[in-house]
Amino acid sequence: MSGPDIPWYLAVASILFTIGVAGVLLRRSPLIVLLSLEIMLNAANLAFVGFSRLHGEMDGQVFALSVMAVAAAEVCVGLGLIVAMARRRLDLDVDAFTELKG
Amino acid sequence: MGNFLTWVVWLVAAAACLGTGLRVVTASNPFASALSLIGNLASLAVLYLLASGEFVAAAQVLVYAGAVMVMFLFVIAYLGGRADAPWAGGTRLIQVSAVVAAVSLLAVTLVAVGLEAGDQLSKEADVTRAFGSPAGIGELFLTDQLLAFEITSIVLLVAAIGGVVLGMRSRAEQEADRPRAAP
Repeated sequence: MSGPDIPWYLAVASILFTIGVAGVLLRRSPLIVLLSLEIMLNAANLAFVGFSRLHGEMDGQVFALSVMAVAAAEVCVGLGLIVAMARRRLDLDVDAFTELKG
Repeated sequence: MGNFLTWVVWLVAAAACLGTGLRVVTASNPFASALSLIGNLASLAVLYLLASGEFVAAAQVLVYAGAVMVMFLFVIAYLGGRADAPWAGGTRLIQVSAVVAAVSLLAVTLVAVGLEAGDQLSKEADVTRAFGSPAGIGELFLTDQLLAFEITSIVLLVAAIGGVVLGMRSRAEQEADRPRAAP
């Protein structure tokens, strides 16, 4: 394969996943938390595509496409929740939602 | 020569990917975050292309950078300034431990990858040009992965219904928002 080996892809994927984790843990706006979740899903996708290339099997790419569909579903429900919160005039702050005592 | 060019494109895409990813997390304006995520997804599509995932790259640009991000931008525009929430609250200790947790996760994965980098992870299989083509992916989806394909369609349908239900206005809300008629 010309260009970088698979470990380089995996390194980028793990750094990207860490950035996503930091975003989820450190930000308070539910929108940014959702965006960081997208970053984490995409890091997983990059690892899937890399491993798929490593083994020469396309199933990894099929899994990456399924992850994309799940991410679309998650965004649909997540944004619906955020809009519902905004319409009830709740504070858009993940630290403020304590009713479920999570 | 081709090898060198591939490395250059790969390095540019990887740097753009990580830079825009950091910007998503650090930007205080949610619009900047969402736009950076579009750049992040596009540079990831370049990385997919270099790993011979042509169809995945195309789907990434169409589905993610196109459809999903437009939805995000609409919601951010709808929420306006209310979407701007600052960094995490809590004590300094919580923030520091969050960063420590993230960095140690990174260290573990990087060490695991680095240990195997020399042998197992560097023996790539030989693939033909058809690897990652829409024809190959479509065939897999309709033969070996048919169940995953069907379940994905159900998941999307249920999510769409959930989005509609969450977006519906209850009767009480409608009453509350109606301007009061003078008695």
